[in-house]
Amino acid sequence: MSSSFLFNITTLSYLVSMVIFFVFLGSRNKTIGYAGSIAAYFGFIVQTVAIGLRWKESYVLGVGHAPLSNLYESVVFFSWTIILIFALIDFKYKYQAVGAFVVPFALLGMAWAQLGLHSGIDPLVPALQSNWLLYHVITCFLGYASFAVACGVSIMYLIKARHESATGNVSAGSIIALFPSAKMLDDLNYKAIMIGFPLLTLGIITGAAWANYAWGTYWSWDPKETWSLIVWFIYAAFLHARITRGWVGKRAAVLSIIGFIATIFCYLGVNLLLSGLHSYGGG
Amino acid sequence: MTTTKGNFASSVWNFFCSLKLTIFLLIGLAVASIIGTVVQQNASPEQYLKEYSEATIRLFSALNFFDMYHSWWFILLLYLLTVNLVACSIKRLPRDLKMVSTPTLILNEGLEKSLSCVEHHKTSGNATTLRDRMVEFLRQEFAAPQVTEDKGVYHLFAQKNLYSRFGVYFLHFSIIVIFIGAMTGSYFGYKGFVNIEEGSGVSEVYKRPAVGEHMETQEQLAKRTINLGFTVRCDKFTVSFYDNGAPKEFKSILSVIENGKPVIDRRPIIVNDPLTYKGITFYQASYSPAGEPVFHLTARNRKNNTQTKLAVRQSDRIALPDGAYLQALEYTQEIKPFIPQLSGPALKVALITKTGEPQSFLLLRNYPDFDVERGGDLIFTYDSVDEKWQTGLQVAKDPGVWIVWAGCALMVIGICMAFFLSHRRIWVRVESGRITIGGTANKNQAAFQLFFDRLLEKLGKT
Repeated sequence: MSSSFLFNITTLSYLVSMVIFFVFLGSRNKTIGYAGSIAAYFGFIVQTVAIGLRWKESYVLGVGHAPLSNLYESVVFFSWTIILIFALIDFKYKYQAVGAFVVPFALLGMAWAQLGLHSGIDPLVPALQSNWLLYHVITCFLGYASFAVACGVSIMYLIKARHESATGNVSAGSIIALFPSAKMLDDLNYKAIMIGFPLLTLGIITGAAWANYAWGTYWSWDPKETWSLIVWFIYAAFLHARITRGWVGKRAAVLSIIGFIATIFCYLGVNLLLSGLHSYGGG
Repeated sequence: MTTTKGNFASSVWNFFCSLKLTIFLLIGLAVASIIGTVVQQNASPEQYLKEYSEATIRLFSALNFFDMYHSWWFILLLYLLTVNLVACSIKRLPRDLKMVSTPTLILNEGLEKSLSCVEHHKTSGNATTLRDRMVEFLRQEFAAPQVTEDKGVYHLFAQKNLYSRFGVYFLHFSIIVIFIGAMTGSYFGYKGFVNIEEGSGVSEVYKRPAVGEHMETQEQLAKRTINLGFTVRCDKFTVSFYDNGAPKEFKSILSVIENGKPVIDRRPIIVNDPLTYKGITFYQASYSPAGEPVFHLTARNRKNNTQTKLAVRQSDRIALPDGAYLQALEYTQEIKPFIPQLSGPALKVALITKTGEPQSFLLLRNYPDFDVERGGDLIFTYDSVDEKWQTGLQVAKDPGVWIVWAGCALMVIGICMAFFLSHRRIWVRVESGRITIGGTANKNQAAFQLFFDRLLEKLGKT
């Protein structure tokens, strides 16, 4: 069995999971909600095995390295981290409807990787031959994934809040009645960012440590570095607004969505549109 | 007069303490940074003329958009942020210090009203027995309490993670530490570059030119020269490739010689594994050929099989036994990136025959019979090349880097304290036949509520 076959199964599982979650929103049947989670976790386990297998395959090819070195591998890893963070929140808070807004991000990543990206295992160029690669990529992507979850929850919040203000009270028959309360969503948004912000901070620090070790400069205002700092500024502003000025609700949700757009630009936009040291964008 | 002065001072103080300012500064820094990534930084005037009109260039240059991160207003934003977070800390710190020195020990009515978690519990037993039971209970389930007696009523106070309140100060202080580290590096350190030819050594390196300097005089160059105080010699440089032609490893063998004695002998450095001596670090950054390579070829006569060894310099042409000339045009260590079906070193040569019709073709090290197919009278093989390399080393001295790492460590510790721990406090008032319990947390009140409910459940069982 090859890793690419398992990645196809992963993509399919996330698709099935998303469809089940949408059906759940329509049917409001709790069992269907569980089925959606189970499909996502099945995909996650298959994906974990596939990533391990791809790692092993790279050693068989004689270019052994962690599968985090090009755009394909990073997108696959990103969707893995999204489901991981989703699982943490699902186990802890059990808001099934959240799946309908988070699993699509993971599916989008897998589908794009499988259909549109070069999936070959390439040897590592000298600049990437370092253990820092592992620490740096893992922390950054766990951070990104938390922001993705926060963004999904914020979209739910905006839908819910709009509905609540339009109808005064949500009728029991509506899909939106299944959403956690606006207050819960607001809190979940904050909690996801509380996980993501420390991870992003670690990601930036490990990146700086690596840059210093490889080039002798921990900070050179390279577009990727700068954009990671921009994302950090945005979420720092979010946390300050939130902790101390009570910027809860709609404005927090909007800021969280802006933060995720900046995150995606930092991850993909910089490579595809600007030039710099993180060269995987060409792949 | 003094009142207006006082008002003015206090309004300045309030301005610097305000969180509106913090949010404005963070968003301002984000916007300025975005500009810096969209507008190319420190390019030459010609490049800017290609992209923008002259009026735009004047405007951007007045706003320092071409050197955003060193512009006065970007730095001003950083200074304001520093002042802002110092002011906020000064304003908040006394309150938190008071919690350490004089915690609230007594659960009176006022405190009770302010707490979100309060529970009354009727029970039998006199105050002393109940007090001892509650002390033991808190010690087991939460933290050892402090007991105060007030008019025959016992007050118990226990707390956890008091010091998590200081995480935010660590975090803010760490940003200042990082700034100090960065400044130390820029005042007392430098970034430079040096090329060393194989077999030779250098004891001087060049600092990177100041931003915006594109042309410079000898004097300016001399100003940028730094004497290392020792010599770095490159004994050998090698580059290796993967099968697909991508570079695998750039390696320089370096030795350090001080006062005529070798102090570091033949230490290999590669990308991601630099060499440090006396606070100066040398990083593998690039390589280039030093001098002209000499190619060694063999020409074999197709008819009588006689072989002639040839040595060709890149710029020269040499005469062949049959009166024609051979010239080396270009060469590569690895042909694969250009022709994926082939591998190994390749040399492109031009053959100028007497009839004057020049002919150019490839010779491949790994395929000695490649040239047979061409059908010429002489069959060439590419045996070897003598080439000399020079290694390109990034040179950095940064005495501030450890301050920066200390700041980063402090930041991570501060974040963990501030984000994942909350200061939880529980008070118990014991009167005879009656217990009142109250509690609060400075963060994540919802989680504390759950904890508090479980605590009461356990209390009910005892």
